[in-house]
Amino acid sequence: MNAIETFLSTNLGKLVAGVVVFLIVATIVGQILARTVTSDGAKATLANANARIRGWWVMVAVFGIAVATGGIGSIVLFAMVSFLAMREFMTLTPTGRGDHAVLIFAFFIFAPMQYGLVWAEWYGLFSILIPVYAFVAFATRAALAGDTERFLERTATVQWGLMACVYCVSHTPALLMLQVIDHPGSGPTLLFFLVLVAQINDVMQYIWGKAIGKHPIAPTVSPNKTWEGFVGGTLTTIGIGTALWWATPFTPMAAAIFSAVITLLGFAGGLVMSAIKRDRGVKDYGALIRGHGGVLDRIDSLLFAAPVFFHLVRFFYTPPLIPAP
Amino acid sequence: MIAAALAAFARVISGASVQWQQPVTGSRQRIWFGNHSSHLDFVLIWSALPPALRATTRPIAGSDYWGRGPIRRYVAGTVFRAILVERSDGAPTAERASATIQHIATQMGAEASIIVFPEGTRSFTGELLPFKSGMYHLCKLKPGVELVPVYLANLSRILPKGELLPVPLSGRVRFGEPLYLRDGESKEAFLTRARDALLRLRDS
Repeated sequence: MNAIETFLSTNLGKLVAGVVVFLIVATIVGQILARTVTSDGAKATLANANARIRGWWVMVAVFGIAVATGGIGSIVLFAMVSFLAMREFMTLTPTGRGDHAVLIFAFFIFAPMQYGLVWAEWYGLFSILIPVYAFVAFATRAALAGDTERFLERTATVQWGLMACVYCVSHTPALLMLQVIDHPGSGPTLLFFLVLVAQINDVMQYIWGKAIGKHPIAPTVSPNKTWEGFVGGTLTTIGIGTALWWATPFTPMAAAIFSAVITLLGFAGGLVMSAIKRDRGVKDYGALIRGHGGVLDRIDSLLFAAPVFFHLVRFFYTPPLIPAP
Repeated sequence: MIAAALAAFARVISGASVQWQQPVTGSRQRIWFGNHSSHLDFVLIWSALPPALRATTRPIAGSDYWGRGPIRRYVAGTVFRAILVERSDGAPTAERASATIQHIATQMGAEASIIVFPEGTRSFTGELLPFKSGMYHLCKLKPGVELVPVYLANLSRILPKGELLPVPLSGRVRFGEPLYLRDGESKEAFLTRARDALLRLRDS
């Protein structure tokens, strides 16, 4: 009991408790509405919304356990997320026979190594392993395999998948290695802030889009993304993110800017991943989480936001490597 | 126990989802026939079956490979209760082929279902090869047996022929509508019909 009380007295604990309370309210409201609405369209919308809420419970439980067990729990969780996301991505990628060894490299060497480096807090190698060493290794190994058909396309796609699913995602638990000036041990809070704002943004864009969405932003890519949903969702999310400044090392102004960065890049990530799905002719990357599609459908808003958020915080809030003279 | 563990392992490695176009009912004798491109194929079909059907379903395995060494013999004989058949090098004679089919039919008895890969070997590219005629002759010996097409998607990418390590991509097992050998149907017509059923399943 004492441990729970201690946890709830921390900023992170308060954030987690807030999310749980919010989910309880959402679940109750969703269930009541599902029993009262009459039109078929509203019923379908609510069934979808309630499935999403149930999926949220599962994700919050998993995420809560991961964050509560400290560094290693989060690293293992995101490593699994990366693995499942990359499985979904590579399944849709038209790799050929000559890529078998390259895929083995991606799944069994580079992905585990990247997370091992997060655990070891070896920032230098963590930040170049995939852009430099995987880049060189993939192209060389694919060339040795001798299959030249669509060579550049295949090699580039596998590299892209590893970048998106492993390199980008690994920047989320990598926040744990940052030592923020005057706020030691704020890594878990930063991690929770990033994921929370990105996910709130998804929900807000969905709600605003459903409520008043009319004009699609990129109709050929994603008919569900509308200007109304984008503007309403972005502003609401920035508002909520700013209101959470007290839990973070940021001033209210900085929290607003970081929320805006996460929100805009979350939108960009979702849009790009939709374009890929459209190109491959599928609606979802998978069907792992009920109501949410695959893992990649759920984390697409984190892909671009995580590395940029990581580097902005690292640049502005951690001590420089070489102290100023 | 071991069989269930192996089945679970194959399912995890291949991340396979299972789809039934038409649910199977009853415990009649069946031939599950699928496309063959990987060593995981049999275990995957087997693991995708409902446990009750799994209990009566036996694989066909080459005795030249599965009859060698205590571990393989244990896995093939005790775990999966495989029906071992001789695979001849070079051109098989008509008598030997016929004896093999007779052996399978006898082993099936009145209860057992089997899993077969009528292409006869693993496809190198994942494309569906022409069917060998064994399945036709077997149906002649087992009148009324139900044939269920099973299409395995992506297995040729997960563990292609000639590779040792599987890549953990997502596979898919799709069971189609059953078909039967018709009265007086010719070998060619039957094999074409069975192969087309598998191709339709692939494209559906």
